[in-house]
Amino acid sequence: MSLPILSLCTFVPLLGALAILVVPKAQSARWIALGTTVVVFALSLLIWANFDNSNPGFQLVEKLDWLGGGISYHMGVDGISMLFVVLTAGLMPFCILASWESIETRVAEYMVAFLVLETMMIGVFCALDLVLFYVLFEGGLIPMFLIIGVWGGKRRVYASFKFFLYTFIGSVLMLLAIMSMYWYTGTTDIVALLENPNFPPHMQTWLWLAFFASFAVKMPMWPVHTWLPDAHVEAPTAGSVILAGILLKMGGYGFLCFSLPMFPSATEMFAPLVFSMSLIAIIYTSLVALAQEDMKKLIAYSSVAHMGFVTMGIFTVNHQGIEGGIFQMLSHGVVSGALFLCVGVVYDRIHTREIAAYGGLVNRMPLYAAFFMVFTLANVGMPGTSGFIGEFLTMLGAFLHNSWLAIFSATGVILSAAYALFLYRRIIFGALVKPSLKTIQDLTPREIALLAPLVIITIGLGIYPKPVFDVTTPAVAKLINDNKTALAMDKAGGKVAIVQKEAAQ
Amino acid sequence: MNLCADLMVLLPELILAIGAMALLLAGAIGGEKTAPLISWGAIALLLAAGLACVIGPEQATAFHNAFVSDGFSRFAKLLILVGAALSILLAEEYFARLNLSRFELPVLMVLATLGMMLMVSSASFLSLYMGLELQSLALYVLASFNRDNLRSTEAGLKYFVLGALSSGMLLYGISLIYGFTGSTEFAAIASVTAASGAGLGVIFGLVFLIAGLAFKVSAVPFHMWTPDVYEGAPTPVTAYFATAAKVAALCLFLRAILIPFPDLIHQWRQIIIFISVLSMVLGAVAAIGQTNIKRLMAYSSIGHMGYALLGLAAGTTLGVRGVLIYLAVYVATNIGVFACIQAMRRDGKAVENISDLAGLARTDLKLALLFSMLFLSLAGLPPLAGFVAKFYIFLSAIEAGLIWPSVIGVLASSVGLVYYLRLTAIMFFNEPAPALDKGRAFGSTAIMLVSGAVTLVLLVAPSPLINAADAAARSLFP
Repeated sequence: MSLPILSLCTFVPLLGALAILVVPKAQSARWIALGTTVVVFALSLLIWANFDNSNPGFQLVEKLDWLGGGISYHMGVDGISMLFVVLTAGLMPFCILASWESIETRVAEYMVAFLVLETMMIGVFCALDLVLFYVLFEGGLIPMFLIIGVWGGKRRVYASFKFFLYTFIGSVLMLLAIMSMYWYTGTTDIVALLENPNFPPHMQTWLWLAFFASFAVKMPMWPVHTWLPDAHVEAPTAGSVILAGILLKMGGYGFLCFSLPMFPSATEMFAPLVFSMSLIAIIYTSLVALAQEDMKKLIAYSSVAHMGFVTMGIFTVNHQGIEGGIFQMLSHGVVSGALFLCVGVVYDRIHTREIAAYGGLVNRMPLYAAFFMVFTLANVGMPGTSGFIGEFLTMLGAFLHNSWLAIFSATGVILSAAYALFLYRRIIFGALVKPSLKTIQDLTPREIALLAPLVIITIGLGIYPKPVFDVTTPAVAKLINDNKTALAMDKAGGKVAIVQKEAAQ
Repeated sequence: MNLCADLMVLLPELILAIGAMALLLAGAIGGEKTAPLISWGAIALLLAAGLACVIGPEQATAFHNAFVSDGFSRFAKLLILVGAALSILLAEEYFARLNLSRFELPVLMVLATLGMMLMVSSASFLSLYMGLELQSLALYVLASFNRDNLRSTEAGLKYFVLGALSSGMLLYGISLIYGFTGSTEFAAIASVTAASGAGLGVIFGLVFLIAGLAFKVSAVPFHMWTPDVYEGAPTPVTAYFATAAKVAALCLFLRAILIPFPDLIHQWRQIIIFISVLSMVLGAVAAIGQTNIKRLMAYSSIGHMGYALLGLAAGTTLGVRGVLIYLAVYVATNIGVFACIQAMRRDGKAVENISDLAGLARTDLKLALLFSMLFLSLAGLPPLAGFVAKFYIFLSAIEAGLIWPSVIGVLASSVGLVYYLRLTAIMFFNEPAPALDKGRAFGSTAIMLVSGAVTLVLLVAPSPLINAADAAARSLFP
């Protein structure tokens, strides 16, 4: 493979952004942004086509000298990251289309921010060097800050600062951990670190905590999730889609790629902590979601609960749990994105997200009600939708690990049905009595084109998830194997150390 | 012929010294109307000195080890010369607009630059003090250059009184060190302290020395003069303080601590960590409440000096490399920020309040983009240049085992992020204030563009800077 396809996929959006800066007209900016994101999506599909499912290692690797001294520009994808690249590239055209009419002011700048954000997000999933990963991980904050702050709702300034500071404070500790790892091993190359993860247990503890600080905020896990509802409520529709669809997944991706294989002892040690936090997230935030009066806030809290399933699945470190976690992230990326788009549809018409302002929409918007139904059920985890597979597998993994864990997390499934259907009933069913809703129009062709593909993906993956598992299974098997081997080495090393200590005494 | 060889080592300094005299004469004969010409002459002089630096000897000492020219001093000198030349460019524009052009200004700036170059080259406390005073005296006058302006005069006076005090402390420290080691030469002091360890007298002297130097780099708790001077001095002079003067003072700090006292590292490291951490924290916290942008930049510079001092606290080649990278990025970013600040004019009058920037993104998108990019670079956000700088500082600090100072440092940088973000938010989120004047002179536009470009692309190709800083840092420890 001579074509640097990952770099192309990553940096084509930047070219698009430059093109928009050259011609900063609203309409041309929209078309350039759409064209760029479609090209990137095509490139990401090309990556999938060139991806060898049987190879569990990193593929399509590119390596260039960068900062020197073991820090290089190293890109590559494995079975886990490749799907996130496709998800990112796939959601972007939807975001641009969703913003087509709803964003009226400063369109060119808006599109530039989105394209820069796309570069950073795709780069994060392709990066095979910790410093490169960090740069891209943080680099996405500025465009998102602007998207929330400039095009957001009433409390946008508060929300954008909260989003930025929470994530930034979490990440700077990770930077210091990366530096310690660099001085311990002499490299920040992820491939090299995965091959030889030999950090002593006490060091693993600190490194794990530093990485955890960053990913737990990003995920977000209870109790550092409070930035998410604010950010979601204030962000424009497309911003929410990206936030829920991609940015949250970076946390789970980080756990999978770094915490599990590189710090196995610490992962084992802290797993109970993660499980407790996950269960609280699942149960507590589901209850909080029940009480919400704002549609976006409700979906935001449901995202936190769903991410609880993901962290629980990942830290069971068994095949079902991890595969379930990955699938749940992909599925949630599509479903929550679609739900935010659905909210955006009615928000564009009535300009409120308050649940009480709606009711009886099915009478005037039957098509909308049908679409919303599919995504609501997927969010609940109804069999036949993609939501079911991820939730089921994570719980299966949890059951293999500890049955109490599975039992408690299963209550989350009931609660999610409660809040999601409660939301649906209040908005869609009942009599159409509100005067503001009397003239509301059903979906436009643009909106149908936006939502229909997502319905197909949601149901398609729910019925036939094999394409995803074909890609992830070898990588997950390798991940678990890496984790177990390293753990065994740590334990043996620990025993050796104890024996040596006793001998010395 | 020994003298001749010594003079060749000092060629860049000689060019500046003789050139400054010539410019002064020319100005005195030609009168005020020659001021623009003299400015350009001064810039040409600085360029010539830079050229002399580049082609000068790799490693040489002069005047019985009082001066040294090595990779470290040349790196620092080039940074100082760039900062000085660009500040003169800004000053020419600034004073021409006020109809206040005076030929003394470029001459004073050249003389101050000469002092700075002597500072970074000195290998003895005597030559160090000489260079420092030459620089300081010129800077006192520069701070109060806008002499009909109350705040400018106040700034000059404050700077003078406190600067004299700190020079006194420095001199006292030097005399103690001389008394207890028997020499003023760095190398000789190093061999004495290596042989006889840390005597109480030497440590006393060291403390006074550090206090005096900390004043010059405006590190906490010797920072009080900075906000007033930054605010009161004319904007291009502030730019000069923030770039060239800071580089000179910090490089002097590095050499005057690392070379004579390598064996007392456990003694001075605690002090350096203390002032470094305090500077980082105070710089971040105190800047949040500021309403004047130049005052804000003063607190920002206090914070930045804190980060740079962390590299000194590491006390290794890597630490020095980190400081040099930091300073290079700092100069490149700061000169751009001050060019932007100078562009803040409304109806022909300079405005300096942060609220004047409200909604700048709607009235002047390009300036707003550049401004916020430079600010976020100062905050150390990737992928901007400031991240590279902070990265190498913390990398060296972690290597030296300074975990807790680093943790405090990154947390302080998160706090500092608040005010840099607030500036960005004001420019992008707020309702626009009346538009700023559009017309911008060629010089400051060029500075802004170059500074912005450096900030944006440094992370793509950082290796030239890193390699240069690495070579310079190695030459400090022969």
